[in-house]
Amino acid sequence: MEKQFQYIVCDPAKCVGCGDCELACSMAKHHVFDPGLSRIRTVRIEPIVTFSIACRTCADPPCVTACPRNALTQDPEKGIILIDEDLCDGCGWCIEACEFGAILLNPGTKKVEICDLCADLDEPQCVKYCQKDALYVGVPEVVAQKMRRDVVSKLLRELVETT
Amino acid sequence: MYSYTGKILHIDVSTGKTHVQRVGEDFLKKYVGGVSLAARLAYDNTPKGADPLGPDNALCFAASVFAGTMVPVGTKHAVAAKSPLTGFLGDCLASSYFSAAIKRAGYDGIVIKGKADKPIWVFVDDDAIYFNDASDLWGMETFPTEEAIRAKIGDERVRACTIGPGGENLVLYANLTNDRGRQAGRTGMGAVMGSKLIKALAIRGTKSVQMADIEKLCEMARKLGEVAQTTKTEKYRVLGTPANVLAMNRLGILPTRNFQEGEFEGAEKVSGEYMHEHFTEKAVACAGCPIACEQIVHVKEGPYAGARTSVDYESLFALGPNCGLDSMAGIIGAIERCDAYGIDTMSTGVTISWAMECFQRGILTKKDFDGIEPDWGNHGAVVALVKKIAYRDGIGDLLAQGTKRAAAKVGKGSEHFAMHVKGLEFAGYDVRGAQTFALGSAVGTRGPCHNRSLAYEADTHGEVDRLKAEKERGQIAKEKEDFAALFDTVMLCKFIRGCFKDVWTEVAQLYTCATGIELTADELKLATERAWNLKKAFNIREGWTKKDDWLPPRCLKDPIPAGGSKGAYVKPKDLRMMIKAYYKARGWTPEGLIPKEKLIALGLEDIAEDVGV
Repeated sequence: MEKQFQYIVCDPAKCVGCGDCELACSMAKHHVFDPGLSRIRTVRIEPIVTFSIACRTCADPPCVTACPRNALTQDPEKGIILIDEDLCDGCGWCIEACEFGAILLNPGTKKVEICDLCADLDEPQCVKYCQKDALYVGVPEVVAQKMRRDVVSKLLRELVETT
Repeated sequence: MYSYTGKILHIDVSTGKTHVQRVGEDFLKKYVGGVSLAARLAYDNTPKGADPLGPDNALCFAASVFAGTMVPVGTKHAVAAKSPLTGFLGDCLASSYFSAAIKRAGYDGIVIKGKADKPIWVFVDDDAIYFNDASDLWGMETFPTEEAIRAKIGDERVRACTIGPGGENLVLYANLTNDRGRQAGRTGMGAVMGSKLIKALAIRGTKSVQMADIEKLCEMARKLGEVAQTTKTEKYRVLGTPANVLAMNRLGILPTRNFQEGEFEGAEKVSGEYMHEHFTEKAVACAGCPIACEQIVHVKEGPYAGARTSVDYESLFALGPNCGLDSMAGIIGAIERCDAYGIDTMSTGVTISWAMECFQRGILTKKDFDGIEPDWGNHGAVVALVKKIAYRDGIGDLLAQGTKRAAAKVGKGSEHFAMHVKGLEFAGYDVRGAQTFALGSAVGTRGPCHNRSLAYEADTHGEVDRLKAEKERGQIAKEKEDFAALFDTVMLCKFIRGCFKDVWTEVAQLYTCATGIELTADELKLATERAWNLKKAFNIREGWTKKDDWLPPRCLKDPIPAGGSKGAYVKPKDLRMMIKAYYKARGWTPEGLIPKEKLIALGLEDIAEDVGV
């Protein structure tokens, strides 16, 4: 079976824009509450668009290609982006290359940080702390399955209501 | 220091000078944060007798001790100043990302004094403070102002608390708006900021918030957040507070046509259920909130097509049934305009309903209204009056001063139905059919308020016979105030109040996890009582007397004509009896003053000489 990488998926219908995922991430990675140290970020476009974005573990990650120092590599098993802190000097090319704005430049260390799905813990902490179950870990095929299920249920419900 | 920053930022916009006041853990433990801290800052920085719209009135912001943390519904802030509407202490709450920004910029509180010589916006960029020309922003509506400021700086982390045309034009009940839909809504804090010629207070906070025990705090927070997904908050999550419309209508205490009736024939059409089915797009949350009560509604057709705002019960009652409106789209249109102009929906609605009753009785005529005919239910007239108020155009100049002043000017018996206490307009529960809340409304330090006195719960939840007055209500009213003050002091949104088993102990534990400061449930209780007495002390210093704790004539003379509270009114002798019992429960004198010994026992010895007896 062809490998698909997991990433943090956000369901915009469930996300309420509270930003707790950011606090959970900064707590897990830096032991403080600070959205500015979070690898997942909440986007609010007032008044009703609320969404969170973390690394999408792209199949051919442009951040890796963009890094002039080869500080970034993709884990062949998990798809997460690994950062060689000795090589990263915070130039930000990877940030510009990432279409999802999913890369953090830590203002203290001047190194980049990217969601690793909390590789050292049981589960990603943003998922654990999301009280609205808006976040989950998925691979593209499973995400697509869910989308199909949702849309078909909705279509059928509308059919039922109109007949 | 954990969670706290130990710093109060003082800004004088007359001189452009700023300084940082250091405060220690003893001070912070005593005043905790929120309304309590803001009230202390207002007491210390506003001289007695200051003109509420003059440079001496200190506009005081205080962050919640939980702001910027994962404690559910704890990312809030308070604003306090002498109210231009009441002449007493105005204290307000708001929440979301702006609240966190105060803390993350490095401050527990911000005090603004003075008056700029031309419109400015103040930018607190962590440690640096900038005073910027606001001539291009002056005249803009609330949310576009925040967006414009963010665009100027080019950083989404910039959060701003703004005024709209209402605050600029010194509407006495203008409010402060942040994060689009969040308002420090009542008692005219927007007029205070407008009087200083400050269009906005923008903050970029980039600092981390440190916890004393982050693992334990997160675990407690997560469990509390889980309880907040259960039936205990279902009302707020599903319909939001508009669920109250039908509930209050059934009890016969849904204020209708300026409190002439307690039952509205159009209630179904303006209910939370109806709104949910026809207008609600999505529920969104404040920062750090697992409940998400804010029902964003959208009008798709008709004269208000495109109006999109959030609707809660208090806005809905005031501009809806209270003005005879049975058009949900019309109500949403009116609320959306109030939010855009930055004026309090509640005071606006109740002031307009007073004017509509004047029109009904021929006290004011079509000519007085510049050609508008404000018959009950005429939403076009209501929306037109909202605009006139914000711009103080024509009759709007009179109505911008609130019911108390407007009725005093118009006279002709209109004082009888000017529905305010201390100048602040009523909340959405007709107190004639809620006798405990009648007491709570009479004695509230900022005026009649469901947010400061949860006494209405005793009535509407069936804890007491709501149609009966008895002296035990004094103690109940006191406890319901202290319970509300707990949430306003630490601060937490009251919508989570049903999710605790032992609220005082659990909140004290959260406090200790966050700050590392030991705090017992008893100490927390004392702190909330201290907070209430401090607010009262501010009022006493401003000349409060017992006669300020009273209800308007309609509550005392006109029985509710029909419905679930038919025949109910507040008998003056009952009210006197309950007030007496309340003062006693508070440990105050029969005249409602605070004995010096009481102030000393509360740790307020430094103000005992000023205001104690």
